[in-house]
Amino acid sequence: MRFVDEFRDADTARALATRIAALCEPGRRYAFMEVCGGHTHTIYKHGLEDHLPESIRLVHGPGCPVCVLPMGRVDDAVAIAEQPDVIMTAFGDMMRVPGGRGSFFDAKAAGADIRMVYSPLDALKIARNTPDKHVVFMAIGFETTAPSTAMTVLRAAREGIENFSVFCNHVTIIPAIKAILDSPDLRLDGFLGPGHVSTVIGCRPYEFIARRHGQPLVVAGFEPLDILQAVHQLMRQRREGRCEVENQYSRVVPWQGNRRALEVIGEVMELRPWFEWRGLGFISQSAMQVRDAYAAFDAERRFAVPGVRVADPKACQCGEVLKGVLEPWECKVFGTACTPETPIGTCMVSSEGACAAYYNFGRFSRSRVRAGSAGPTPLADPVVLR
Amino acid sequence: MSAPQGNAPARAGWAEEAVATHAGAEHLRTEEQVLERVERARRRRPRVREERITLAHGAGGKATRTLVEAVFVDAFRNPVLEQLEDGAAVSVGGARLAFTTDSFVVSPLFFPGGDIGDLAVNGTVNDLAMCGARPLHLSVGVILEEGFPVADLQRIAASMARAAAAAGVEIVTGDTKVVRRGQADGCFLTTAGIGVRERDVTLGAATVRPGDAVLVSGPIGDHGVTVMLARGELDIEADVVSDTAPMHGLAAALLDAAGDGARVLRDATRGGVATILNEIAGAAGVGVVVDEAAVPVREEVLGASELLGIDPLYVACEGRLVAVVDAARAAAALAALRAHPLGAGAALIGHVADDPPGLVLLRTAFGGTRIVDLLVGDPLPRIC
Repeated sequence: MRFVDEFRDADTARALATRIAALCEPGRRYAFMEVCGGHTHTIYKHGLEDHLPESIRLVHGPGCPVCVLPMGRVDDAVAIAEQPDVIMTAFGDMMRVPGGRGSFFDAKAAGADIRMVYSPLDALKIARNTPDKHVVFMAIGFETTAPSTAMTVLRAAREGIENFSVFCNHVTIIPAIKAILDSPDLRLDGFLGPGHVSTVIGCRPYEFIARRHGQPLVVAGFEPLDILQAVHQLMRQRREGRCEVENQYSRVVPWQGNRRALEVIGEVMELRPWFEWRGLGFISQSAMQVRDAYAAFDAERRFAVPGVRVADPKACQCGEVLKGVLEPWECKVFGTACTPETPIGTCMVSSEGACAAYYNFGRFSRSRVRAGSAGPTPLADPVVLR
Repeated sequence: MSAPQGNAPARAGWAEEAVATHAGAEHLRTEEQVLERVERARRRRPRVREERITLAHGAGGKATRTLVEAVFVDAFRNPVLEQLEDGAAVSVGGARLAFTTDSFVVSPLFFPGGDIGDLAVNGTVNDLAMCGARPLHLSVGVILEEGFPVADLQRIAASMARAAAAAGVEIVTGDTKVVRRGQADGCFLTTAGIGVRERDVTLGAATVRPGDAVLVSGPIGDHGVTVMLARGELDIEADVVSDTAPMHGLAAALLDAAGDGARVLRDATRGGVATILNEIAGAAGVGVVVDEAAVPVREEVLGASELLGIDPLYVACEGRLVAVVDAARAAAALAALRAHPLGAGAALIGHVADDPPGLVLLRTAFGGTRIVDLLVGDPLPRIC
């Protein structure tokens, strides 16, 4: 497929891998964090780590918006969905995220009207078509999805649609990165910056990471060659003793970001004083809420939201995994109490979460497969594959 | 960071319970030990944790398997059922028969390339064909919602009649029920079928062994993507039609060519090729290694899957079979598939290995390796 295959070419990957390996200093180990869950997904989906030398480790960061949503917020959303004459709408991968009392799928099975949408505009369409119901959009995501939520609120206001509101859980990426950088057990050599978030906020907000924390950051795209190239750029910075913000994803990300999108967010939303992140705890000014001017479209104000807080079980070590201190498999409950069927912690929830990606895609011994019998197809007769 | 003041947080009962169930396990030091413990946990007797049925229980993945094993196999326990093949191989007075049933709740009822009627006939014909049987007689149960247009029902019946004629089967008995408005979605169909197993070959996932070749009879995911797009919720259009077709002729051609080298045939419906391969790997205790570049997928299906963030390996087909055959017969089997009108796009997509047992590995086109696991429920689109 054009514009896809070019970014997944195995020969180019092998060439790039050779150049990356040549930049490694003997005896030294490197750890780079990919902040964004989309990167985590790409890395596992394509088996990208097979191209990296063993001395380079990718650490899976907190950038999966589904994973960082605390259980209490899910319970709040379920409480809204259980109100009479409410239709709750949500993105697909929100459906299975468990709260303290279960997921949207469980609430739906118990009778709540919860529907999967691809865009907040689809939720608005449902509101237009069912005027006797109130439609709530479960708004989640970083700066990537916030503009579309804000645009939808503006459109609802313009069209005078009164039976629509958003349950706003939008979060911002920079405070999360700061929280990670402030962690005393952090041992990183650089960051792969989030691609889609950066199309909105640009590259400048990351400059403090290079300047104040001495960590290089390369904004990367979501195809496997994008990520491999970004790793190469990070290695080159390390080798040359540079520490800068670079933009690998310049075909999509403008350095200054998307001013119009930022304006739209600013028009509809403002920062909350604090917000709870699963695995990371409370982070000040890390999330957005609907401004007073658009209170009519704020589900938190239209409904009596219980404001539940639910603690993660003590055995859950998501915080350490998110900060890169532990590998997913090193968590005490990985794969036993905590599995994709019954995800306990944040990282097992969405396919973008570090633990879920490892469980679903990476749960086999690479050393055994490399050495072992899973080699080329042992056919008696030569068979032409295509 | 300043945490807000407030009451102590609540505890999630289900999560604490899950942790307690596994408490006391020693802390393992190496990745291999942890992976082995995970595999042991996966082999435990399944238990349905949910209090109510969710849509995931009908998606064909892990949740379906858990439901089937924990509720139905547990209640009905017998050696034929426990094979969990597409149909049951039974003998009646010396006659070797195959017997199967399938229910159809597709929405929309009519979609490009087919409708619920031909789907219901082909689905049961195919389940019989995958047992190596010649399909003979079908029954149909019809559940109709009050208010359903008679003209639509006539259209569905005509489509069933055409499909039955094409497959050389007769619909010899049936039943009709009507439920109140809102208690069904227009029209649901259940078909059952019997066929005769005339070949002296034992098919079953348990017969698969390392070295065997894995074939697929054509491009995958056509049906699932067609139905997803036909629901009209996505504002995406693509030139793709359902692959629904009766595969008894295709299966017969393959079995003729593979002879006693045929191990197992499966109809890659709900859950797609990935789910079938996982079932085979699990039942035979082998690894299945798939070459991503060799898996045939139409451009339109690939494009739609990329946009929706789903993997074609998990998307349903209604006219594609997955076959495992002795490697020595692979070339002949592939040639036989390709010579049949329904198998022109057939391909050899991988092989069976002794390690890692119970897992499906994908050699990605990018040059890496990853697991292809069973999904819990339906593939869910990712948000970004």
